[in-house]
Amino acid sequence: MNIRNLFSTIIWGFLLLVIQIFFLKNLALFGVALCFIYLLLILHLPVNISTISLLVISFLVGLTVDMFYDTGGIHAVGTTFIGFFRPIWLRIISPTGGYDEGTSPTLQEMGTGWYLTYIVPMTFLFSLLFFTVDQWGTMGVFNILNKSFFSSILTVLLAILVQALFYKRRRSIL
Amino acid sequence: MLRIFEFLYKLRAFLLFVLLEIIAIWMVVRNNSPQGAAFFNSSMAISGSLLKTQSDITGFFSLSEENDELSAQNARLLKELIGQNSMDSVSYAPLDSSFKASFEIIGGKIVGQTLRLAQNHITINRGADDGVTEGMGIFTQNGAVGRIKEVSKNFSVGISLLNTGLLVSSKIKSSDVFGSINWDGKDTQVAKMLYVPRHVTPSPGDTVITSGYNAVFPEGILIGTIKSVNPSENQNYLDISVQLSADFSKLNYVYLVRNTSIEERDSLYQQAEISDEY
Repeated sequence: MNIRNLFSTIIWGFLLLVIQIFFLKNLALFGVALCFIYLLLILHLPVNISTISLLVISFLVGLTVDMFYDTGGIHAVGTTFIGFFRPIWLRIISPTGGYDEGTSPTLQEMGTGWYLTYIVPMTFLFSLLFFTVDQWGTMGVFNILNKSFFSSILTVLLAILVQALFYKRRRSIL
Repeated sequence: MLRIFEFLYKLRAFLLFVLLEIIAIWMVVRNNSPQGAAFFNSSMAISGSLLKTQSDITGFFSLSEENDELSAQNARLLKELIGQNSMDSVSYAPLDSSFKASFEIIGGKIVGQTLRLAQNHITINRGADDGVTEGMGIFTQNGAVGRIKEVSKNFSVGISLLNTGLLVSSKIKSSDVFGSINWDGKDTQVAKMLYVPRHVTPSPGDTVITSGYNAVFPEGILIGTIKSVNPSENQNYLDISVQLSADFSKLNYVYLVRNTSIEERDSLYQQAEISDEY
């Protein structure tokens, strides 16, 4: 990862966090679908990043969101798990011929079909973990599954929308 | 020995993962216990002031609505004041000490809140410097809102009434029957009233207010109106839904209230080994 990439990653991550914290905090479609767009910050890191640094970044990102959500560590539990599971899942769904050096697993780089198999299970796992910890002992399994299902759908839809709108434009400028 | 270290080194990513998860879960558990203190929360200086800037901007758009509500409240208070003055001719009876519980009230503004979780919190722009202490009640002119959990220098974090962990001692105004208000985590407008025995016959539309049995709220602060009454699975109690009168999605200005006799009451409870509900 060169300096320029590093710089744009940091700014992009910062933007995602600002959007998550100030605009999406109390957004819930039909009372069930929350949006965790800041997960893109973790999910779009380059493929060949080391697991250790991925884990540390995930944990810190989760903590930052927790601080503004007053959730103690619920986001951190989810993001750390995502950080650990990401390399494993990437290895499982690796395309024939492997990944190019320094590729980011984004919609533009990998194509829609592959991207969906990558992002849907990841966001669903995160949502499942998030709602399980959040509603520990207070609500039934159905409620948790219901919320996780719709939250991951909303997150994936927004993730695709964001990339369709901004990633292309950024490329045409560069 | 070297083998063990090599083995551990190979597992380092997994070990780090386990360690971080344990830290995170530990923080969740601490945050959820009523006495626990969160390490990172929105009353911290950086996050507090960021949230304040946001609420300053968004609050601008609801100014006229706030003004209307404040002037309506002013009018109501004026009316009560005039009523008080006309009571001068009535002979004065000294109050005994049981009526002496006096309340300190501080005004504040909500700068951040969550609505969509099972454990919702509120951030308020008043802190220890303004005289806020842990355990103060939060309410608006529309109804009870929550209870202060943690205080920093300039900000404080409260547990919202929309938090499955908070119980508020309350009563039905018309029949003086006591119960506890607890949110069930479903609808942000509706809470449950627990521990109302079956022989009582409350009807939809009855007003529910704070009971004053707990030392957090003074007696008589509005909570909501009864929405529906059903027999519950539990043989002893009714299943009552209460429509909350405070609209949590539009909260802006709030009052913080402290019972100045709370220490005496608490130490008495401790002697008698009673754990208070909030």
